[in-house]
Amino acid sequence: MRSPRLLLPAMILAACAAGWAQSPTYGIGKTPTEDEIRAWDISISPDGKELPPGSGTAKQGAAIYAQKCSICHGTTGSEGPAPMLIKRQNPPANAGPCVAPCIRDANVMAMHAPYATVMWDYINRGMPFKQEGSLKPDEVYALTAFLLFKNGVIGEDDVLDQQSLAKVKMPNADGYAIPNWKPGQPRPFSAKP
Amino acid sequence: MASKKASRRGFLKAGAAAAAVGAIKTTGAEAALPQAQPQKSLKELVAYGERSKFVASVRVPVLERPSPDQFGLIFHVLTPLQDQIGNITPSSLHFVGTHRGAIVPDIDPKEYKLMIHGMVDRPLEFSYDDLKRFPSVSHVHFIECLGNHARPEYKTVQETHGLTSCSEWTGVLVSTLLKECGVQKGASWIVAEGDEEVKGSGSIRLAKAMEDMMVAYGQNGEPLRPQQGYPLRLIVPGFEGMYNTKWLRRIKVVDRYYMTYNDYGHIQKDEEVAALTFQWGPKSVITFPSGGQQLPGPGTYQLTGLAWSGGGVVRKVEVSADGGQTWKEAEIRSAVHPKAHTRFGMTWKWDGQECVIQSRCIDELGQVQPTRGQLAQHFHEPPDYYKTHGVQGTDNMIQPWRIASDGSVHNAIA
Repeated sequence: MRSPRLLLPAMILAACAAGWAQSPTYGIGKTPTEDEIRAWDISISPDGKELPPGSGTAKQGAAIYAQKCSICHGTTGSEGPAPMLIKRQNPPANAGPCVAPCIRDANVMAMHAPYATVMWDYINRGMPFKQEGSLKPDEVYALTAFLLFKNGVIGEDDVLDQQSLAKVKMPNADGYAIPNWKPGQPRPFSAKP
Repeated sequence: MASKKASRRGFLKAGAAAAAVGAIKTTGAEAALPQAQPQKSLKELVAYGERSKFVASVRVPVLERPSPDQFGLIFHVLTPLQDQIGNITPSSLHFVGTHRGAIVPDIDPKEYKLMIHGMVDRPLEFSYDDLKRFPSVSHVHFIECLGNHARPEYKTVQETHGLTSCSEWTGVLVSTLLKECGVQKGASWIVAEGDEEVKGSGSIRLAKAMEDMMVAYGQNGEPLRPQQGYPLRLIVPGFEGMYNTKWLRRIKVVDRYYMTYNDYGHIQKDEEVAALTFQWGPKSVITFPSGGQQLPGPGTYQLTGLAWSGGGVVRKVEVSADGGQTWKEAEIRSAVHPKAHTRFGMTWKWDGQECVIQSRCIDELGQVQPTRGQLAQHFHEPPDYYKTHGVQGTDNMIQPWRIASDGSVHNAIA
């Protein structure tokens, strides 16, 4: 009767002494292979370290855009009905900034995204509508290059690939703050009762 | 009025569904005729209980927009807060907000797995059954969408506040799973990803993951509904709804803000404003009497509503019936849980005179729910600015209702 009662606290103590970073407590779950992780890991960091091999240019992207994107985003990329991808030459005066997804000039992704990797990740996981995840890496590089070229960020012959994509200097590179938060932290203002 | 409209909508929907079933099963002219819903068999009635036919409370799409819209960009459905009793939202009436909601995944739990990888000593995959072998927790938490903005043109509390709901969630603490994987030094963020068509994902600070986040497989005593992420979703207590990733398939432990799919639309230049989209401030709303309702005449009523805060437990709720000049403490009338809807109420006499009623929440951090004017002052805007403009970050402003001398109740923002 006695030993099982003592056993559990002893086990907990032992687990604490070992430290949680070193050994698993429950031993539940299966270890995925490197290939399984790579197949699922579609999160692209701003430094681009997860980008797959491949490359593309704006010229290649133009053809893919016409075939797979223009049906929703319009031939010019500006007229919709899906969100605007290419900035208009003369936007109306009331076209202010807004939160995505919406269809106003300041929100064009090539203008708004602080990193080109954000566009690559977005197109890769979320496009085209109803065929999400079907684009090959070369196509995603090419479409990113096409949209960056059409918005005046890169040249028409610039090649985007694993190395060059994360190095593109984006117009809104400094236009964001990293959300700061700590447990138990009040919001920055509070009304007086 | 509102319930009549709702029951009519329910009737039309039921009719359309019956017609659709008819179209599949039959051919020719008879398929076009709407058919009555067949009576359920005794066996079916015994197996799964249903609400009374006299209860007609339903969800409605935001602004009566088709939901999902043409491109499936918006799929936001409002919970009927005016009809809710207590502090738990029935799972079938929980609000829904998702992108590309045209396709709600219905995942076979036998095919399901959750992968945790990145800056961990042991990347691991867990099956649905694996997750049930870990110690479970059950916590009551609200989930509220960033889009829950009250506007002057909204009439009912369902329209002004219907993108918040509260459930008892059951699952495994994220900290339990992360410890099993062994988080490496230098890790500071996680990226969570869903299994829907766009694999929606967002970045959350590791400190939050270790504090109180949960992977939930249960909601209000049963498995999650598909619209709520079956078989598994993330619960990020007190944070903006978007982070509560549904159909959760992957958690990647990383050392920086990834600015992925869901983060991108929320980036802000101002550090203070960027942080406002994380933790909800103290918030409350009176659900009776509320917009669109009708008091039959002067007399005694139970004024009631819901209060909640992303900062912890609700400490106190105060109610004003004179447009905010004087405030009286309301009674707390439900269990009080951190980061959860809390029911408040008071016995209240209406003298038949026009008046403006409103509530404000004070939470355990001492934060007080602000008025539109107070927020305008803080952000250096004109006093009436937030009557017509969306507020920075999450909207937790006080909601006033005007009771006219004929007993009709109206949104008093305008």
